[in-house]
Amino acid sequence: MASAAAAPAYKGTTETSKDNIVEVRNISKTYGTDIHALDAINLAFPTGQMTTLLGPSGCGKTTLLKIIAGLLEPSDGQVFVHGRPVTGPGPERAFVFQDFALLPWATVLRNVGFGLELTKHPKSEREEKARHYINEVGLAGFEDKYPHELSGGMRQRVGLARAMAVDADVLLMDEPFSAVDEQTRRKFQEDLLHLLSVERKTVIFVTHSIEEAVYVSDQIVLLSPRPGRIHATIRPDISRDISPDDIRRNKTYLDTVEEIWTDLRKYLD
Amino acid sequence: MSIYGFRIPPVFSLLIWIAIWEVAGQLELAFILPPFSAVLAQLVILVQRADFQAAALLTFQSFAIGMAIAILLGVVIGFLMGTNKIANSVLGMWVNIFASAPLSSLVPVLMLLFGLGQTTIVVTVVLFSTWIIALDTYAGVRHISPSLSEMGRCFGASRWQLISKVLFWAALPEILAGIRMGLIRAVKGIVIGQLLVSVVALGRLFRTFSDNFQFEEFWALTIILFIFALVFSSAIGWLEHKVEYYASTRA
Ligand SMILES: Nc1ncnc2c1ncn2[C@@H]1O[C@H](COP(=O)(O)OP(=O)(O)O)[C@@H](O)[C@H]1O
Ligand SMILES: [Mg+2]
Repeated sequence: MASAAAAPAYKGTTETSKDNIVEVRNISKTYGTDIHALDAINLAFPTGQMTTLLGPSGCGKTTLLKIIAGLLEPSDGQVFVHGRPVTGPGPERAFVFQDFALLPWATVLRNVGFGLELTKHPKSEREEKARHYINEVGLAGFEDKYPHELSGGMRQRVGLARAMAVDADVLLMDEPFSAVDEQTRRKFQEDLLHLLSVERKTVIFVTHSIEEAVYVSDQIVLLSPRPGRIHATIRPDISRDISPDDIRRNKTYLDTVEEIWTDLRKYLD
Repeated sequence: MSIYGFRIPPVFSLLIWIAIWEVAGQLELAFILPPFSAVLAQLVILVQRADFQAAALLTFQSFAIGMAIAILLGVVIGFLMGTNKIANSVLGMWVNIFASAPLSSLVPVLMLLFGLGQTTIVVTVVLFSTWIIALDTYAGVRHISPSLSEMGRCFGASRWQLISKVLFWAALPEILAGIRMGLIRAVKGIVIGQLLVSVVALGRLFRTFSDNFQFEEFWALTIILFIFALVFSSAIGWLEHKVEYYASTRA
């Protein structure tokens, strides 16, 4: 297991590395006058990899993800995507919401194609794409159902398919499995890994589950409690070629989970 | 209504009242109250009269125009208030005042301003129903989960797309509730207004009937108005019910 404390010092440079599709430089965020959510965050997200933001509730994970998405203005610092500074949401980034954020009045088919509908793709094209990704996330046959007819896990699959369908390079996922029950959650994690191995996306994934972070990530960023700072960056050295069940029994996996747990435990006191 | 703990179905209690009315009418207790059966017979005749049909059509037309304006105005004001802090602080107070003010006292003033025609009906309807529609729309917009508009922005929605494809539909259950309330208020406004000033369309008929002591006709007309209001409000209630399923699925 390779472990590196602290993030590289980017201050003063304007150049971004080609290997990092997203770079976060010196980001701070204060809500109002006194809620200091993030403090001088520097991070690089390597292209094609899955990075997890892990930390206790309220440490600013969602805030950081929304700043990267361009939904929230940072108080200080800048985010670069493909080397260009972020000024708002963009087509190269897609978001998967914690509460799914589906349109309750639209069918699964329309929900999945909604991103393409907004960007004015012709109906036939967006339905074809939507059907493809509905298939990919394992919802074939549910095209004409409404969100309220689906379970939590299935709704999040719709959210995932919608994000996939716009063909963004970067997927931003905010605790996508937190509203999903444990069994569904495991299956979903496996399916996600499989899907990503086919689609080659860069994923920025927020969770507060250590097991989930270690299971799905190439890189884990540990955040400290408010104001959120980078506590450590960890790259679990687990082969993705072995089966999901073997990963969960893998010694490196278990050791990494334990190590992070010991590390974060001190914040609980 | 319940008697000795037994719940009496509304239809049944209505029948009881009708029976009491009939008996009171037959006994000629009050000259303004003819028997229900006579009123009913008059109702059948009335709906076939050309002057009634013309008056009903004119009233209905003015009503529909007024409602259309009120819905448009109310929804736009509600959206402005719900999406814009400045608009909310500027408009909020006035909308609340108008929504709770005793507007019927204004009807005679409207008469003076807009004359004795269709315009007065339209303005009355707008005045009575716009504010409640605006308030309900506002409540609906505030109710929308923030992640739904974040979703829209994230997937590239323009401001207009966000409103027309996401926010409007998300607020629709409250908008419909507001329209139904507005409709009921408008009917009240019309009825009160026409009884007060009784110059236009159905109002004139009302006046004629009561002036000439034609109480059978008078009551028949009243019943017709009530039936109109009921049919309208249940049609909207039905629409509301159709969209309710997603109101309950919202976070
Ligand atoms: N809109 C807001 N206004 C004020 N404070 C906020 C707002 N959003 C989040 N916060 C605060 O900022 C901190 C970080 O929030 P968040 O990013 O949601 O944390 P996390 O996702 O890690 O649980 C929390 O203490 C939260 O209370
Ligand atoms: Mg969060």
